[in-house]
Amino acid sequence: MSGFGIYLVFFLIIALNYGIMVLGLNLQWGYTGLFNAGVVGFYAIGAYGTAILAGPDRAALIGGFGLPFPLAILGGMILCALAAIVVGLATLKLREEYLAIATFGIAITIQLVALNFESLTGGANGLVGLPRPFIDAFESTTSYNLFFLAVVACVTGLVYVALEAAVRSPWGRLLNAVREDEVAARSLGKNIALIRLQAFVLGCTLIGLSGGIYVAFIGFVSPLDFLPILTFQIWAMLIVGGSGNNAGALLGAIVVWALWTMSGLAISRFSPVGFQNQAGAIQTMLIGLLIVSMLIFRPRGLIGERATVSSHKERGAP
Amino acid sequence: MLQALADGILTGAIIALGAIGLTLTMGILRFANFAHAELITWGAYMALAAVSLLGPLGGPIGPFSFGLPLILGTIAAMALTSVLALAIDGLVFRQLRGTSNHLTLVFASFGVSLLVRMLILLIFGGAATYYSNTLQIAIPVAPGLRLMPDQLFALGLAAVLVVALYLFLQHTRLGLSMRALAENPDLTRVNGVSTARVIRWTWIIGASLAAVAGVLYGLTVQLRPEVGFHLILPLFAAAILGGVGNIPGAVIGGMIVGLAESFAVFILPPGYKMAVPFLILLAVLYVRPTGLFAGTAGAAK
Repeated sequence: MSGFGIYLVFFLIIALNYGIMVLGLNLQWGYTGLFNAGVVGFYAIGAYGTAILAGPDRAALIGGFGLPFPLAILGGMILCALAAIVVGLATLKLREEYLAIATFGIAITIQLVALNFESLTGGANGLVGLPRPFIDAFESTTSYNLFFLAVVACVTGLVYVALEAAVRSPWGRLLNAVREDEVAARSLGKNIALIRLQAFVLGCTLIGLSGGIYVAFIGFVSPLDFLPILTFQIWAMLIVGGSGNNAGALLGAIVVWALWTMSGLAISRFSPVGFQNQAGAIQTMLIGLLIVSMLIFRPRGLIGERATVSSHKERGAP
Repeated sequence: MLQALADGILTGAIIALGAIGLTLTMGILRFANFAHAELITWGAYMALAAVSLLGPLGGPIGPFSFGLPLILGTIAAMALTSVLALAIDGLVFRQLRGTSNHLTLVFASFGVSLLVRMLILLIFGGAATYYSNTLQIAIPVAPGLRLMPDQLFALGLAAVLVVALYLFLQHTRLGLSMRALAENPDLTRVNGVSTARVIRWTWIIGASLAAVAGVLYGLTVQLRPEVGFHLILPLFAAAILGGVGNIPGAVIGGMIVGLAESFAVFILPPGYKMAVPFLILLAVLYVRPTGLFAGTAGAAK
């Protein structure tokens, strides 16, 4: 396999895995209108949860249960769901901004726990030397990465199909109803706070799934993988692809991740020595610029939400 | 113990100045502005730029570490921060004010916060800096309590500003319009109040106070591009604790958050200090979401 091919496999693994996160965020924002400002926090909970459950037993550390990866990832997702419930119960009956503020807060808190709770998270060093699932069955890294890409693609595909089914179900229409007209939905006897909580917790669980898969792929966790910029990147992916459209969410993940890696390459190649910090700032500014300009000039994103029309009209009835 | 009290009050005063602007925008413009804390960083660095230009104007005054350059620099920073806030409002928020989902504004402010933070990093670099390298000797104020003259100045200035703002809101026509707009926007408009003008002044007041908060932070702690990012949560916690739209509430909320952060080191390992505002926030939202003193905008829907 050529060097480019090897890189492409690696790129797609990361992009599709981010895609799962964007799908989770799309359920929250695109369909239900919930603003999650702490994406990276839930991603970190999923990742650390998985690492602690799957890691080998180590004397200095709590955890190290050596669980098989699928179980460990499931455990990480459950932890994510619990954290989402704590935040959701506090905020979802209140002004909508409060969820944004509280999720922002939990992301900061998780980062502090990752850095400071050394006996659980390994502190600044993180947790290294995690077993990588099925690695022994493969001869080379390339074939292993291809296998992993297939697994990630399957999981992403499953999540996509399940979400498509969910948002087309009566429950999915309820999410839209809550987003569009809360009063009307409530007057029909719907429990708004409960529906919001369901969408929020489910979305966070998907973000945690993505964190778990990431850990399975790279074999370690470090606090440096969970910087606040990730939240902005995932949001940029959603708004570029088109919130309210699951295919758009996946498209956005690939497009924005490609833009990010290419701008990183261009900046590291063309920026003078000694200006790397400034170059990094410019790269990050592009994400902010992307978010703000998409919101103003093309809020639908590349694909965007399909207009909801009556099924009678689709059939061509008068 | 006494030292923690003094430090907490000082941190609280800086948080309070920032939280006043935030609670005003949350009450009057009705959205949670994630970019507000970046105005604090911006103000602090604008003053730094002014000080480096005005340096020759004079050395330190009396026991303080700063002189005329920083005083003029602060005024310049207030103006430049107001300009930034108005520019952001005109370029971004005003374009989105009509959109159906008002959380779009929150989303945009989230993106703007990243832009401003990176702009500061780009212009001024990431290293921590100070307004002056003069070493200050802490004076013993009471047994077990030492304070720098700069810290006393910061407290005094914050107190004066809070009182001045309170009098302004209670006794001027513009102040009355601002309170009215926070209370009932439609009724205010019907009565012929120019909302555009009130919104403009809301930004100017909020940004100016944020700039002063930034200068005081730089004076008593240090200047770093992440100052604002680390203040986002304390500001929101203070504003919500005091009741959204409630100015005295924001001041008391700021004090509580500052003191809690300062006293938390007795219970929590120091690394978790930044989580304290989050814990306060969660507690308020669970127990008393309207804040200690019910705000004008009403937290519970």
